[in-house]
Amino acid sequence: MSVLAVVRPDDWNFPLFVHVLGAMILVGGLLTGAAALAFAKNDAKLLRLGFWALMLVSFPGWIIMRLGAQWIYTREGWDDVPSSLIPNWLDIGALIADAGGLVLVITLIIGGIGVRRLEAGKSSALLKATLVLSVVLLAAYVVAVWAMAGKPN
Amino acid sequence: MGFKEWMLAFHVLSAFSLVAGMTLFWVLIVVGRRVDTPAGTLRLGPVSKVGNAAVGVGMGGTIIFGVYLAFAVDSYAIWDGWILAALVLWVVGGGLGRQTGEAFLEGPRKAMELEKAGQTGPNSDLLALNQTSKGLVLHAATSLVVVLLLIDMIWKPGA
Repeated sequence: MSVLAVVRPDDWNFPLFVHVLGAMILVGGLLTGAAALAFAKNDAKLLRLGFWALMLVSFPGWIIMRLGAQWIYTREGWDDVPSSLIPNWLDIGALIADAGGLVLVITLIIGGIGVRRLEAGKSSALLKATLVLSVVLLAAYVVAVWAMAGKPN
Repeated sequence: MGFKEWMLAFHVLSAFSLVAGMTLFWVLIVVGRRVDTPAGTLRLGPVSKVGNAAVGVGMGGTIIFGVYLAFAVDSYAIWDGWILAALVLWVVGGGLGRQTGEAFLEGPRKAMELEKAGQTGPNSDLLALNQTSKGLVLHAATSLVVVLLLIDMIWKPGA
């Protein structure tokens, strides 16, 4: 039977729901933040909106996604499987989730400094870097979603 | 990775696009509630276009790839209860989403009128339109339908 048609045990569904909903909120926050920063030019209000969307939407989304990921990982019994037998799609998803979290924190630190500099009347260059990082994160999470959904290998 | 797995990946990516667009609109709704100037209202226009594109891709992709999968995967049938429920929720969500969009377009329309008339300062009518409770309720209802769709897709009741 194809993996497509597999029906999960009922007690896996809620952790998976938490994981997917968190990931969707994370991606939504990244899209909002990137869009606001991209269209801001030098508009301080849109630049601030972009940063706060990343901080108040993406970051909580990442936490929910990661907690859900660990929950479903344990529930499915992957903790007991030798690492050599962990499938590629799971490795890809886990790597992007964790490395992406680190990059997201760096993005928020740079963006936070950028917003403070903006309020002090200084350049918005750091918020341009925040935009670039948020677009990179968005692309990386698209790859993660593709891997988790399509399950290559 | 076979063709069906690619279709499933696109189906799920479309669902992410839909929810990402709706999340973007939640942010704009919250921010827009304090905006009372034409420039402030119109400033959010380009961002909302990204949301429209994401929702459009999401709605189109979920139905096209979803219906394909319902026919292509041996153990699924289009008349399965959870698939029929998803189709009904998709139609209801689409209808609610269209009405939500209409409700939130009134603010930008008023902002353009005010700008044309040379009125650039704060305007209480514009603030009231940006704070539309009808739009808020409709967006909340649309979001609820999308969450129900996600629950239906994960639990697959009756499958």
